[in-house]
Amino acid sequence: MSTVRFLKARDIAPWLEELSRDFTVLAPAQHGSSIVFREFDPARGIELSQLSTTPAKRALLPPCETLFEYETTKTLEPPYKTSIELKPTLPEGKSVVFGARPCDARAMQIFDRVYNGDQVKDPYYTARRDNATIVTLACSEQEEACFCDRVGGSPVDATGSDILLTPLKAGYVAEALTPKGEKLLKSTSFMKAEGLRQEALNSRNRILEQVPERSSFLDMERNLLSLFGDLGFWDKTAEACLSCGACTYLCPTCYCFNITDETRGESGRRIRTWDNCMSSQFTLEGSGHNPRPSKAHRMRNRIGHKFSYYPQLHDKTLACVGCGRCVSNCPVSFDIRNAVACAIQQAGAIQEQAHD
Amino acid sequence: MVQHTQELRKLIAQALPELDVVLAWTSGSNQLASAPLFITAEDDLDKLDFGPMHVQNLAAYLPSLKGRKVGIVTRGCDSRTIIELLQEKLINRDEITIFGIPCTGAVNIRKVREAADGQRLRSVEAGKDIVSVTTDEGVRTIPMQDVLMEKCYNCPSQTPLIHDHMVTERNGCHMTGEAPESTLDKLDAMEPDARFAFWEESMDRCIRCYACRNACPLCVCKDSCVAQSRDPHWVDLSDNPREKLMFQAIHALHTAGRCTECGECERACPMGIPILAMKQALNRRIKHLFDYEAGMDMENTPPLFMFRQQEEHIKERDAR
Ligand code: SF4
Ligand code: SF4
Ligand code: SF4
Ligand code: SF4
Ligand code: SF4
Repeated sequence: MSTVRFLKARDIAPWLEELSRDFTVLAPAQHGSSIVFREFDPARGIELSQLSTTPAKRALLPPCETLFEYETTKTLEPPYKTSIELKPTLPEGKSVVFGARPCDARAMQIFDRVYNGDQVKDPYYTARRDNATIVTLACSEQEEACFCDRVGGSPVDATGSDILLTPLKAGYVAEALTPKGEKLLKSTSFMKAEGLRQEALNSRNRILEQVPERSSFLDMERNLLSLFGDLGFWDKTAEACLSCGACTYLCPTCYCFNITDETRGESGRRIRTWDNCMSSQFTLEGSGHNPRPSKAHRMRNRIGHKFSYYPQLHDKTLACVGCGRCVSNCPVSFDIRNAVACAIQQAGAIQEQAHD
Repeated sequence: MVQHTQELRKLIAQALPELDVVLAWTSGSNQLASAPLFITAEDDLDKLDFGPMHVQNLAAYLPSLKGRKVGIVTRGCDSRTIIELLQEKLINRDEITIFGIPCTGAVNIRKVREAADGQRLRSVEAGKDIVSVTTDEGVRTIPMQDVLMEKCYNCPSQTPLIHDHMVTERNGCHMTGEAPESTLDKLDAMEPDARFAFWEESMDRCIRCYACRNACPLCVCKDSCVAQSRDPHWVDLSDNPREKLMFQAIHALHTAGRCTECGECERACPMGIPILAMKQALNRRIKHLFDYEAGMDMENTPPLFMFRQQEEHIKERDAR
């Protein structure tokens, strides 16, 4: 049976400080008016009261990652040949993500199927993944924009976590779910607490009872696809969208990237940086042709990817964990929940017509 | 329903048959969220709403709708954007129909959150002089004066400067009292080192989404933006504050003398980075050098759009 320990609220910071000796510790901290996941800094503290603005995904997919470094040398005489020397840079060191939410932890499993699948293994990703331990904090309630329950999760879901923390009055019950989690619980910051297992379970059940009954977004991947040709629908859906991409950068499941060479003089690095399908450059081809020329096409892709193509490829798992970050941070209040609900309705109407 | 909204609906309903679309506001999934509303049929009018919580500058959509007959609901500040767009020939006057509405100020939801001491907001209601916020700890009232958008404190005209129809059921009321200290005030009081440190620290949390750019009604380079261009390669994609700041500096320079300080760039930023201050700083220089304010006079030409052999306010050798 897995280990259960108790962590007093005031022991969190000392524990993270202790961990910082051997791990890169990422934790949510207040930064201006936002809460961001960043390297733990005792001076800044941690902020667990609300869902963080940025997701924990940077632990596995940093916004900017060096793939390798290079240096070019030219011969001084004709034919001025250039030789290039490459220096591989695989990520090193272990990391701990502290205070991810259940949606954040589930989201990481969505990356796994892409970057650590049977056919393709991305060495940078897998190195980070193998070395990361995820400490998840069960939510005490769903926030306004949250809808994890509609996409297969829940506010207390432990999927993808190495340790699950359940908040009780004076602190947190910590349950190890994997050997990696077990290891972290050995710290002396924790107190013995086998007896609290049931109390934590009860508390999680109470939280689950608060989740409202509402329609699910599961099992609609084919429906959504039937709407693919209805560009009028997508035009209407995307009319207010600014094509900015804030939604995808803040999304814990979006994993698309760009690769560029950033050269200074004779040397440089090849880097991989976050990209996003809401930007027109995303699919711009070298010829100048763009197969997704309008924001309607791009919105169709974002929603289609999360709710249709990804689940079709990956055992019906949605590529949205319902964190609501895209809803609460969109400058024009685009609400993916409404868009998906409308799409289900519209697809239903199309099917009915077909039966008539 | 509030009377001015009723009147607005009536005005739009009358004009709608002649128009392809009318831009207005509606409420998002909750009262904290304002969303643009694209009205194409009378049914859509039911969703129309307008008050201090409705914040987007709808004029930002006009250039992309060029060539169509577009109606737009417009406050004072938005009318300045429209004037600027007209001056730059980014839109045509005969294609747009302006429904003017006097404004009583727009709420900055970030300030409301701060005023609620980080308590989670359950709902927000904006009255005439106060905003009432419901949090887990109960209801709290905040003076409107403390939580307005920065542009509202020195709004030159809450009534649109141009319009075709005007809502009369409402009077714009000018704010009384002092504006709170702005980011620019704070920055002005700093030594250059501290100022740079401030920007490094702020840009550190920039996620490079470019919501600031895409929300700006005056960003015109569209898909040829230097932020993504590799040729020229002025900004690289490394994740460091200097590159990100470089982009902000370019944006500020590109809007110098054109920016009406509508504040959309800062409002749209999901990370709450106070980037409006950079634009305000440049606009101050423009005012000082050219005695010019963007979007106030349709007949005028923005100073950086023309060349005079001798500028009235720039003495040679004193072109600071
Ligand atoms: S949905 Fe919102 S956040 Fe996403 S690209 Fe459109 S405007 Fe930006
Ligand atoms: S699509 Fe939106 S709600 Fe879903 S995981 Fe991404 S940010 Fe969260
Ligand atoms: S700047 Fe003026 S017109 Fe614009 S929202 Fe504020 S008060 Fe209203
Ligand atoms: S730079 Fe900012 S304040 Fe100026 S016009 Fe653009 S969005 Fe408005
Ligand atoms: S909107 Fe904010 S986070 Fe996004 S690119 Fe602009 S400054 Fe950075």
